[in-house]
Amino acid sequence: MAWKRKDLLSMQDLEAAEITDVLDTAESMKEIASREIKKVPTLRGKTVVNLFYEASTRTRTSFEIAGKWLSADVINFSASGSSAEKGESLLDTAKNIEAMRPDVVVVRHKASGAAALLARHLRCAVVNAGDGAHEHPTQALLDLLTIREKKGHLEGLNVAIVGDVTHSRVARSNIYGMRKMGITVTVAGPPTLIPAACQELGVKVSHRLEEAIAHADVIMMLRLQHERMLSGFIPSIREYSRVWGLTLARLEHCRPDVLIMHPGPVNRGVELSPEVADSRYSVILDQVTNGVAIRMGVLFLLAGGKAA
Amino acid sequence: MNLLIRNGRLLDPAAGVDGMLDLMIAEGRIARTGQRLEAPADIRVVDATGKVVCSGFIDIHTHLREPGHEYKETIASGTRAAAAGGFTAVCCMANTFPVNDNRAVTDYILARARVEGVVRVHPIGAVTRNLEGTQLAELAEQAEAGCVAFSDDGRCVTNAELYRRAMEYTLPFGTPIISHAEDPDLSHGAAMNEGIVSTELGIHGQPAAAEDVMVARDIVLAELTQAHVHIAHVSTAGAVRMIREAKARGIRVTAEVTPHHLLLTDEAVRGWDPNTKMAPPLRGKRDVEALLEALADGTIDCIATDHAPHALSEKEDEFAEAANGVVGLETAVSVLLDRLVRPGIIDLGTLVARLSSAPARLLNLPGGSLAPGAVADVTILDLGQPWTVDPARFRSRARNTPFAAWAGIGGPWMTIVGGVPITV
Repeated sequence: MAWKRKDLLSMQDLEAAEITDVLDTAESMKEIASREIKKVPTLRGKTVVNLFYEASTRTRTSFEIAGKWLSADVINFSASGSSAEKGESLLDTAKNIEAMRPDVVVVRHKASGAAALLARHLRCAVVNAGDGAHEHPTQALLDLLTIREKKGHLEGLNVAIVGDVTHSRVARSNIYGMRKMGITVTVAGPPTLIPAACQELGVKVSHRLEEAIAHADVIMMLRLQHERMLSGFIPSIREYSRVWGLTLARLEHCRPDVLIMHPGPVNRGVELSPEVADSRYSVILDQVTNGVAIRMGVLFLLAGGKAA
Repeated sequence: MNLLIRNGRLLDPAAGVDGMLDLMIAEGRIARTGQRLEAPADIRVVDATGKVVCSGFIDIHTHLREPGHEYKETIASGTRAAAAGGFTAVCCMANTFPVNDNRAVTDYILARARVEGVVRVHPIGAVTRNLEGTQLAELAEQAEAGCVAFSDDGRCVTNAELYRRAMEYTLPFGTPIISHAEDPDLSHGAAMNEGIVSTELGIHGQPAAAEDVMVARDIVLAELTQAHVHIAHVSTAGAVRMIREAKARGIRVTAEVTPHHLLLTDEAVRGWDPNTKMAPPLRGKRDVEALLEALADGTIDCIATDHAPHALSEKEDEFAEAANGVVGLETAVSVLLDRLVRPGIIDLGTLVARLSSAPARLLNLPGGSLAPGAVADVTILDLGQPWTVDPARFRSRARNTPFAAWAGIGGPWMTIVGGVPITV
């Protein structure tokens, strides 16, 4: 199908056919990564601005590589050392950047809705690279691509998303995306880290790890932020790890072909034991590889390049 | 100035009056009402054919922002907004800069209002110094200066002992304590109501319990002290239930509700419009149903706008960063007439009572009556007048309304203060 959107803001917006379109486009981009000269002229003359207000290594680098392999000019703008530190509002900064005529602005910001705010005010394409606890659509897309590659299909699979769902934009984007692709989603975590009315998102909610992962084709472990302990969501990292950490012993009761995913960065020994992170079940590094392909696909679709 | 309002439908629900009656005003007071009153030679005649003549509407919850935040609103602009919206009097909250926690500020507001204001202005004093919640403001002197109630609105006085003392200390003045009922721990970091919408948007939400626990406390303290405690901007079904029970037990608790909490739910936040952000936040459908029922049965005594003007720059930020509050003076009457009265959810008499006689009674204010001798504050409604909300045309300095582009039928037609029709 023909891509019609100006922006990529959320998985909640996308239809299943659009998701498939992005995955197929990304898949075709993967071949470029296997070449000796990893560069195609597709987005030559196009400018991509990475506007990152939150620390990020993986996502920003991934967008940067994706843009460069497509021959776009990629400029990184981080909040530190910029006008944002001098108190300029997000909107003013974005309008100033737009005045320099970029084709795509990739934004990460701590506030939910920040990408939508920019999309409403900017004429160029806006990609949401994570807005608060709202969405992180390219992460969900790369997760879907990874699952589709490994399992051959998406429809009918069972996925368990485990951990701090309340504060996770990765969980939200995956819940919306997976549901649209016919995946059954179970979210699991202590009740303090499961958001209000979560069942209304069309997911099962479990408060026992063993129950949540027993029949899962995929287990997606979420990163636990240390500040959750200080703000009273959990008593201690130690206890969380004992109750909710994924260990090889716990995996014994799972499907033998289960996939372990994690959006990174992993807290080894907290949500994942080191053995699990490095086990044959883990596809964490495949996710990172696919991240570049997804972002190439997204930049290609939004910046209107010609086929590679 | 003398005025004769002819051919209108006179509606004074508190007095049981509803009929085709003329209204004569002399020397700033209601002189008499009657059928086909003769017009003396020197009188100005207003032809109110097809209109509804009511006692003047009173907003007991307005932020006029002066002194200190004149870039948001001034007494001049805020009272013009009030007059344009059909309000003949407003009670202005204390969270100015400096805070209205002493006689000098109260005197200043009243002096400015006399010069610049076009409707009556009744200041509400702070309960605690600088709204800090630690030490009582000089309540006696403020009451003497003209404060009609006390409130730290915008903040909750969390120290129950201090709040108890404020209730006791003000008992002799007959000035209610107005509660902003919000547990700051339960609402910490929240930018909207907690529920499926906050979950979907990934915005930290506050549960209805943040309001309910403080309403429960305030009712208990009102019972202890025998004080009149008025709950500002009630937004939850739980608060409604507790207020209803407390009233049945004879506790002196009263309540107000805003138009936005009556007409909108947290579903409105989905578009990320910061003009759907306020404290308390827009709640769920069941809360709105409870508020409407409570407004009809009198559990909620009155409607107040919580008119909270902000500059555009404070309202176009990321949702979580945007300032709390919406303006309401220029839209309240219109949106309520169209969305509640026209569909028959609330009858016209009830709406008029909740906007005029009830607020006057709650804060012992002049007005709220069309009986001979009452101050001649009159709001005339045109139930057939079509309107579209255009924030660019507001008299308020602010534009932060959740009702932009709403259209409907029925609104204020003329606002008369002390017998004088106000043109703005």
